[in-house]
Amino acid sequence: MTKPNQTMAEYYQRDRRWHPPAYAKDYKTSVARSPKFSLISLENTPSEITGPRFGHNDIAPTDNDLISNYAQPGESPIGERIIVHGRVLDENARPVPNTLVEIWQANAGGRYRHKKDTYLAPIDPNFGGCGRTITDENGYYYFRTVKPGAYPWRNWVNDWRPAHIHVSVFGSAFAQRLITQLYFEGDPLIKTCPIVATIPDPDAIEQLIARLDMNATIPLDTIAYKFDIVLRGRRSTLFENRLEGN
Amino acid sequence: MPQQLDYLKETPSQTAGPYVHIGLAPGAAGFQIYDQELGQDIAGPNAAGERIRVEGLVIDGIGSPVKDVLLEAWQANAAGVYAHPEHAGEVEEGFRGWGRVITDFETGEWAFETVKPGPVMGRNGQMMAPHINLWIVARGINVGLNTRLYFEDEAEANSTDPIINLIEWEKRRKTLIAKRSERDGQTVYRFDICLQGEDETVFFDI
Repeated sequence: MTKPNQTMAEYYQRDRRWHPPAYAKDYKTSVARSPKFSLISLENTPSEITGPRFGHNDIAPTDNDLISNYAQPGESPIGERIIVHGRVLDENARPVPNTLVEIWQANAGGRYRHKKDTYLAPIDPNFGGCGRTITDENGYYYFRTVKPGAYPWRNWVNDWRPAHIHVSVFGSAFAQRLITQLYFEGDPLIKTCPIVATIPDPDAIEQLIARLDMNATIPLDTIAYKFDIVLRGRRSTLFENRLEGN
Repeated sequence: MPQQLDYLKETPSQTAGPYVHIGLAPGAAGFQIYDQELGQDIAGPNAAGERIRVEGLVIDGIGSPVKDVLLEAWQANAAGVYAHPEHAGEVEEGFRGWGRVITDFETGEWAFETVKPGPVMGRNGQMMAPHINLWIVARGINVGLNTRLYFEDEAEANSTDPIINLIEWEKRRKTLIAKRSERDGQTVYRFDICLQGEDETVFFDI
């Protein structure tokens, strides 16, 4: 072994009562897609504390600009121009640098550029709806996009998703892998949504609501929202490290 | 006043939804936007070891294939080394160990091409049998599901694997074992993932 044991430390247990449960009857699709048996809890092994790494060779520098990354030359998508920015941190409040953040979303009318989306709101010819970036040394990331619209979905007959952006983050270990959704401050649909309501704790729901950030707003140009993401934290191994088995 | 612990809480998970492909596999959603989509090549051309294809279905509680799943794989190379700076050893140039695939919109089949991983040292000096970690997200799945794929032809290593042996119900252990066959000269491992019911696949809280 050429590396110190210290770096092989484990991640904190995931708080499964903070996350949504697998089975949430009001989100109907979860009924047939949730395991009935309990999860088997593992102590971390090298298979869980390692994970893929990404670099600037993997993505293009402009992949984080959804206003331009699918627009015809000289054109731009229709909608409210926004910046979404924030930091990726761990539970110890330490930044997670050099990690891949991917997002996807509907356009300003709530329509996804996806062959399975048949909602009658039109496609925007200048909007793709996906972006990706890598956090800097301080765990900071930013995207430019248009604010997505609400859209209807077949759950109960009159269910509408609040405006949201899907967010995928890797961290540095497969144990930190996370997909979530960002909502926008003040959206009245947040309180009615069965997917939001899969999360049992109101404070946990608050953690998914991006705040209007006037300080980062560019005057006469683009409104900003701030959204920090927290991944699992990691133990400092003070006395022993049974992970290495020595 | 009590002292504060000052830990943050992990951002809560939400389902990836029906249109996960737009963000993570836009080609499958029907449009090209990136120079390169990530996750297409787990092992790269230089990786040593047996070339294998791993394939299967994800099946819901009704017994129907789920056709809007995204799966990610994480594995060591043939020598049991992960492409990660904290794992001792080197991997071949181009070996990433990570792949991302989606299920076919019509059939629900998924597959990835890779090399068979080697055994990896686990905790307390116990060797783990060759395995691939899988992570499954889709509409209706609120938190991504973690499981492990083991190989049928590694029966001896599987019998002493510390993770398989954690599963108290011996009948459930077989849900983690992929079945080997040959097709057109290629080694194929079949691994159907059952989300719910009698033959429910074992999922882990890692």
